[in-house]
Amino acid sequence: MAVIIDKKTKIIVQGFTGKMGSFHTEEMIKYGSNVVGGVTPGKGGSKHLNLPVFNTVKDAVKNTGATASILFVPPAFAADSAMEAADSGIKSCVAIVDGIPSHDMIRIKRYMRRYTKSEKMSLIGPNCAGIISPGKSMLGIMPGHIYKEGRVGIISRSGTLGYEAAQQLKNLNIGVSTSVGIGGDPINGSSFRDIIGKFEEDDETDVILMIGEIGGPQEVAAGEFAKDNMKKPVIAYIAGLTAPKGRVMGHAGAIVSAYGESAVEKVEILKEYGIIISKNPSVMGETVKNVLSKS
Amino acid sequence: MDIHEYQAKKILSDFGVTIPRGGIAYSPENAENKAREIGGTKWVVKAQVHSGGRGKAGGIIVCDTPLAVAQATDKLLGKKLVTNQTGPEGKIINRIYIEEATDIKKELYLGLVFDRGSESIMVVASTEGGMSVEEISKEKPESIIRSKIEVAVGMQNFQAREIAFALGIEPVLIRRASETIIGCYRAFSELDATMVEVNPLVISNQDQILALDCKMSFDNNALFRRNQVSELRDKTQENSNEVYAADRGLNYVSLEGNIGNIINGAGLAMASMDMIKLAGGEPANFLDVGGGATPEKIVKAFKLISMDEKVKVILVNIFAGINRCDWVAEGIVQALEKIEIKVPLIIRLAGTNVEKGNEILKNSNINYIEANTLEDAANKAVKALGK
Repeated sequence: MAVIIDKKTKIIVQGFTGKMGSFHTEEMIKYGSNVVGGVTPGKGGSKHLNLPVFNTVKDAVKNTGATASILFVPPAFAADSAMEAADSGIKSCVAIVDGIPSHDMIRIKRYMRRYTKSEKMSLIGPNCAGIISPGKSMLGIMPGHIYKEGRVGIISRSGTLGYEAAQQLKNLNIGVSTSVGIGGDPINGSSFRDIIGKFEEDDETDVILMIGEIGGPQEVAAGEFAKDNMKKPVIAYIAGLTAPKGRVMGHAGAIVSAYGESAVEKVEILKEYGIIISKNPSVMGETVKNVLSKS
Repeated sequence: MDIHEYQAKKILSDFGVTIPRGGIAYSPENAENKAREIGGTKWVVKAQVHSGGRGKAGGIIVCDTPLAVAQATDKLLGKKLVTNQTGPEGKIINRIYIEEATDIKKELYLGLVFDRGSESIMVVASTEGGMSVEEISKEKPESIIRSKIEVAVGMQNFQAREIAFALGIEPVLIRRASETIIGCYRAFSELDATMVEVNPLVISNQDQILALDCKMSFDNNALFRRNQVSELRDKTQENSNEVYAADRGLNYVSLEGNIGNIINGAGLAMASMDMIKLAGGEPANFLDVGGGATPEKIVKAFKLISMDEKVKVILVNIFAGINRCDWVAEGIVQALEKIEIKVPLIIRLAGTNVEKGNEILKNSNINYIEANTLEDAANKAVKALGK
């Protein structure tokens, strides 16, 4: 299977009946995702898009057997919804929303420590494009048709840069096993390291393309993990070579504040860990192709 | 969002941190009166701008008489202060803070930030107050004390005590020092701050523990629930184009180059800037119109870029996902009906319905250069610059 989701994964939508929730649910269904219902407190018992609406995530899980959820809840209420999902037996939750306060993200992560490893939900995002396993399922907001089925795993902080990579690969006739957008916020649910480990164990993934950017320690942590624990080749591109120090570049987390957080420094460190570097964003596809042709 | 020193001091004092007596002034007469009101024999006149390094830049003047306070205020008010952090354009001084002078026995450093690695709040302290934290970590790294705080339960007394003892504070002052450190932590945690820095935190000759200078920054994503904090925003301290952009929901950073960018998604925007640089050009800005790239945002983006006189070429790079290229193209056409662009325009569309999008652009009256890939777009932008 691909990582995190496959064809059978039962999905519920939190913030189901809103404009964003409705639009993207229809897109996911069109792609073939197994959406089984949604949650909007107060609208339980009704139908939306021909699917049942529930008041609570627990109701939804009990009645549908859902194991995955996607959040289209406004930022002020998103932390609450993510914790509700975690407490209701959801295994994978994707938070699309941009604008969740950092203090709330820390609170969610602390809250999730109460669960043992086997019961713990994996939170992806926020401020991300979600997950797609081409040909199988989409738990996200990406344009499904740019992804070809294949054996490259993509992890990206940026949504559109992840699309760019998928398109470059498709143009070279290379496909993707799963693409995971981990989001551009300073504190996120899953790190590069969390996802890279899943790809290492996935027998449908041969190589991993990691698309990072300035700010934070995550790319370096993933590189170190890859050096010590991984057999599959990892290719990385780090955006923001021209970004000035101390400025937030769109993503709240894209800010250079310490050593090792600039694009140049990250590239240097990753090289030392044996990560293959895509020199610029227009050769991400070619770099993957070269690695595949050698292995 | 950043705030002024005097605002940060007011906040910290509400959380139990002692600050020197002081007041804000908007005119020399005002300043003189404030000095008399505060009393004493020595005052510090401090330019209020959103920047560190004010002292070295001449923005902080020590005065012996209320008249000298008035003169110093007159000298600073309305001027631009250029520090090592503001860039050559400097920042305007609209407010002056008058403060009683403090007899300093010891200068310490105290800072609180998010630690992204451990996903906790980190307290950083040092005995080398007065230097910037970068200087301290370079020159006296052994003096740095770090303590990670478990946010679920907040900072405990023992943690504050440990820091205070590690700073070499005398036993009689430990309790007061701990209260000060916990006060800063509470301000950070209860107001959605992203940074609190007291530098220096001083021990006076009278054995008071005082925040002599401080800075606070706040999480923009949390301002919706921090009305009192959002009111402290001072737009005169921000780049005017950046203010215009932020007020319209655009992520914009003004840069030094001359190739203007309109891009959707922060990562793609940074990547496009990298490509411009590799092609031999320099970006004039970072601009992310949001992943969706709605027509309204594109209109606003064109308006913003056309306000920037540095811009000699505009590069539009949109990867349409859910939002289709034909919608984006229509948005661009609409925008250019309203806004006149006098410089060469390069447009690269990719993703959903790209053929339709390019078709719409071709059939419109827009004068532009079509590009297909990231690299193609950057090369064409740099080439257009030479013309």
